[in-house]
Amino acid sequence: MAVSYKKLILNGIFSENPVFRLALSLCPAVAVTTSVRNGFLMGIAVLCVMTMVNITVSILRNLINPKVRIPAYILIIATYVSITDMVMSAYSRAAYKEMGLYIQLIVVFAIIISRAELFASKNKVLPSAVDGFGMGLGFLGALVLVGAVRELIGKGSIAGIHLTGGNPLLIMVLPTGGFFVIGLLMGLFNWIDQKYYGGRPGGVGGGHH
Amino acid sequence: MDTEKNPQEAGLFRASVGPHISSGESVPHIMWTVSAALMPAAGLSVYYFGLRALLILVVSMVSSVAFEALTQKLTGAKITAGDGSALLTGLLLGMNLPASVPFYLPIIGSAVAIIITKQLFGGLGYNIFNPALIGRAFLMASFPRFMTTWLVPHGSLSLARPDAVTGATPLGILKEEGYDKLLSHFAGRHDMYVQLLLGHRGGAMGETGVIALLFGAAYLLYKGYITWHIPVTFIATVAVLTAVFGGDPWLAILSGGLVLGAFFMATDYVTVPQLKKAQVAFGLGCGIITVLIRLEGGYPEGVCYAILLMNCFTPLLDRAFKAKKFGEAPVK
Repeated sequence: MAVSYKKLILNGIFSENPVFRLALSLCPAVAVTTSVRNGFLMGIAVLCVMTMVNITVSILRNLINPKVRIPAYILIIATYVSITDMVMSAYSRAAYKEMGLYIQLIVVFAIIISRAELFASKNKVLPSAVDGFGMGLGFLGALVLVGAVRELIGKGSIAGIHLTGGNPLLIMVLPTGGFFVIGLLMGLFNWIDQKYYGGRPGGVGGGHH
Repeated sequence: MDTEKNPQEAGLFRASVGPHISSGESVPHIMWTVSAALMPAAGLSVYYFGLRALLILVVSMVSSVAFEALTQKLTGAKITAGDGSALLTGLLLGMNLPASVPFYLPIIGSAVAIIITKQLFGGLGYNIFNPALIGRAFLMASFPRFMTTWLVPHGSLSLARPDAVTGATPLGILKEEGYDKLLSHFAGRHDMYVQLLLGHRGGAMGETGVIALLFGAAYLLYKGYITWHIPVTFIATVAVLTAVFGGDPWLAILSGGLVLGAFFMATDYVTVPQLKKAQVAFGLGCGIITVLIRLEGGYPEGVCYAILLMNCFTPLLDRAFKAKKFGEAPVK
């Protein structure tokens, strides 16, 4: 069966966007997206980890005993997260100090293990890599978007560039603001989906981590 | 005798579904009455804080009703913005603000209260949290500087934003400088109680006029629109706990937003339990959280957050105190 890589990528970004459609990994999506930069760095970290984890799981999919597959996946994920953690602490010191804890928490992000379990363990290496990359792109895009909205309203700037004067809505850079922004954006995307693409409401499954 | 005609069509009797007896009350009637009951306190705040207070109340009410109509129009729902509930939310939000805030604050606050807290959850009857209090909490987190710049009552007719005549609230002074310092602002303990009752102090517009609030609350109690269960347990819990921890119980009742919150916001039909026992538990919880925040928390006042936190427990409380059905086996 021929796999359409374009469709896999688009699937990760739009129809199964981790944050806005699957409602997975909302915890980091709320916690680190106080600015575009933080959202971008977290998104890049997840993108790299997801792609590598999917590739590794796919290669090993016939060797891992199904009974112990979850611990095996966690070990694989932990390996790549440790690498990412060390690389970030070495080359991006300031950002790492701000969000170091969340980088280590990538180990338990629901979106990563769910793609390993649902996709990589059943598919060949190349489609798995593309799926991980597409999902990672979707996650990255969502985090940058949420970060941009929160930074704009909460600090009056985008990616550190000051835009507006006056008194920004401080609440938007607090965790509460993260819930507001993600909820409202999710509603907006559901509305667009229903109005223009005839979709059903998404994000009803409940989020994990 | 005309046997062809249906007796009902002939007007001999009228068949309809129950309930058959109504009290003549309706949502708009109750909402307008509650708003009217707040008028003495609103009037007093205008007397103390000047025309600017009136303008902020009006901006808050108008924007609340406008946001309600706008959201209902956009979502294609039936437009019920005139039923008084949005107006009441706007009025309560306005009364929760200091008179010195810029005019865009009540507008942002009503947008959060009406659009996010009320309409996105399904409109009147479906919101989990008290809209006016969420609006206030949102503004408090966003604009802490504006929201804690209290005016000293001055009765100015000027609409300009006053910047010099600011003073702390009694609870703020109590928290920062202690009881004796607070007492030194007055001519004695008795004078302090009288001044607090009359509302001659810094604070949010609606919370200062305790005596006017009590008038309005008495009227609502008399009409049966609110019952004593939540307000009395709430206030009594705060007074008793404050006394237990060595505070002044009368000061605890008369200062801050306790009277406004207990009678007018912890009695909102939508967001508090319906069963009497559950209401007592609700009031108790509100009182405990309020005292906890006042004594141990970072803010001098905790009524707003206490009510919001207890709002979360409303469905749980209603289930916990559900009456046993006739014939139902008792649950262990």
